[in-house]
Amino acid sequence: MEAVHIVQGTAVPLDRSDVDTDQIIPSDWLKRVERTGFDKGLFAEWRDDPTFVMNQDEYLGANILVGGPNFGTGSSREHAVWAIQQYGFAAVVSSRFGPIFRNNCTKNGLVAVEVTQEVGDQLMAAIQADPTLELTIDVERRTLEAPALDLEVEFELSDSVQHRFLNGLDDIGLTMQEDASIGAFEASRPAFKPTTR
Amino acid sequence: MSTEARTLSQKVWDDHVVHSEDGQPDLLYVDLHLVHEVTSPQAFDGLRQNGRTVRRPDLTIATEDHNVPTENIDQPIADEISAKQVETLRVNTDEFGITNYPMGHVNQGIVHVIGPEQGLTQPGMTIVCGDSHTSTHGAFGALAFGIGTSEVEHVLATQTLIQPAQETMSITVDGVLPEGSTAKDVVLAILAACDTGGGIGAIAEFRGPVIEALSMEGRMTVCNMSIEFGAKAGLIAPDETTFEYLKGRPNAPQGADWDAAVAYWRTLKTDEGAVFDREVVIHGEDITPHVTWGTNPGQVIKLSDNVPTLDMFDDPVARDAAERALEYMGLTAGMPMKDVAVDTVFIGSCTNSRIEDLRAAAAVAEGRSVKDGMRTLVVPGSGLVKKQAEAEGLDKIFIDAGFDWREPGCSMCLAMNPDKLTEGERSASTSNRNFEGRQGRGGRTHLVSPAVAAATAIAGTFATPKDLA
Ligand code: SF4
Repeated sequence: MEAVHIVQGTAVPLDRSDVDTDQIIPSDWLKRVERTGFDKGLFAEWRDDPTFVMNQDEYLGANILVGGPNFGTGSSREHAVWAIQQYGFAAVVSSRFGPIFRNNCTKNGLVAVEVTQEVGDQLMAAIQADPTLELTIDVERRTLEAPALDLEVEFELSDSVQHRFLNGLDDIGLTMQEDASIGAFEASRPAFKPTTR
Repeated sequence: MSTEARTLSQKVWDDHVVHSEDGQPDLLYVDLHLVHEVTSPQAFDGLRQNGRTVRRPDLTIATEDHNVPTENIDQPIADEISAKQVETLRVNTDEFGITNYPMGHVNQGIVHVIGPEQGLTQPGMTIVCGDSHTSTHGAFGALAFGIGTSEVEHVLATQTLIQPAQETMSITVDGVLPEGSTAKDVVLAILAACDTGGGIGAIAEFRGPVIEALSMEGRMTVCNMSIEFGAKAGLIAPDETTFEYLKGRPNAPQGADWDAAVAYWRTLKTDEGAVFDREVVIHGEDITPHVTWGTNPGQVIKLSDNVPTLDMFDDPVARDAAERALEYMGLTAGMPMKDVAVDTVFIGSCTNSRIEDLRAAAAVAEGRSVKDGMRTLVVPGSGLVKKQAEAEGLDKIFIDAGFDWREPGCSMCLAMNPDKLTEGERSASTSNRNFEGRQGRGGRTHLVSPAVAAATAIAGTFATPKDLA
């Protein structure tokens, strides 16, 4: 994955709660065997509607998605993260994320910023009122800032994920360095554990 | 560590730590990795691109479930993209030496049905799959959870997973269930209590007399929907019911191994005095048949209740969500749920497609007829479930009553195959998700138990078996 330090730009206000991964990328799109090309499937069921927020001219070019609470619940499909990223978003903000989605974000360098419900509501209203509102998400400082609102909040990001984000590190390569411990663990596994052969 | 009182999930977790460091997530060993066609192609591709192999093909098993048609399976899959995805799994499992049960094989089926049925799912294991309903396997006292595709690749390459510690949660269902209530109603009642977020960040342990009295099938139904209230996993301490189910299954331990395994499995329970981070208690007596009315599984009520009115929601976020859901579902607030007419009934999915589920539905269908114009699909969870059901004559009961008897797969649970709802169609479904468009664009899904689904197919409106004349 690519290193991420700062995400800066404008945002799309997706003012709905419980946007699950089936909405983010409907199951028809899961049939692809490639890792690319999911941008067109993002919110596919809503995109035909000309009034849908992502179809509004004033939000074109935004690189941050601000959602309602319970964003990314449901299915484990990582395609949801790929679709959001490939569409051009580098960060998602919500007051609560589905846990698998949030974890999938960490594997792909999509910054998931969890804020309080109050801050979420404030941002949503402010972006709706002013689509040009600039946000800055700083991975190093773990902060989200909206200077025009005089807002600066911290968000949670574990040290290990932050380290990988800042350095663009691949989990698998890191784990493979633990080969000896994995081998030792395997040697101690009880004989009654099943195999698929 | 061993002197401290621990919960069941902590014990299983501790037994799988390969590497641990303060302030860092643990590296956990994975005992069983289940693979299916949808979330794996990009993972295998990643291995190939990096010149990596599968570390333990002998701890990995694959099957085709999400895309497979449930009719005419002797023909090639008509949808080209589905066909390609299934073909890609065959190529990948061949190349990397992984056993795959293809469409038409008697062992093929929904990934969460075949693991337990093959005896591969055992107490105290860590089990992962690129699928959120992996929690199903927790019914055996295994720590089982869904992972994303990057993690699938990680497990293929290293047989381990990087996992931050989770909170623990206890969900006790005390008392006894009223007659006519099932495991599905138990988990829907749990959802009513926990909503879609109550379990986030936690591993839930289901306990109490109601849970202990459930069969393994019922326990799988409950654990299956753990993710629906946000839990990482859900599990139940293994007991005699668990051992009885496992004994003699193809991959269950035998002889001295069996004794050693059972001795270990008996230690897998929450210690006296262990403390959970969250606790929920539900009374079994209150759990009558349930049905969802909205577009997330937390929007659930008793079947005997009326569709909620907006003034019942104090929280503005919940009220907005309810308003949108009522509109999408085409329901009038305040109308009795039992007056809502249904046009499609789906009995299947990893929540409710095991033999006991089919028996429960068949018991209701026997000697009765499906309402005119009703579309009904009965989709067994696996080839073996289908075979067993046919040996018991259940297929005949369904067919005589006017139900459609199909081949195994995920089918209308998520409509990646030809079994879909069309715009505005309304289903009573034994699956686990009632999201917008989940069963087909514009489709309206209500989650129910197999008995309620069968009764609804006959009545034409939501009904319990007791409501049928
Ligand atoms: S039956 Fe439904 S929930 Fe279960 S694995 Fe298949 S698609 Fe997922």
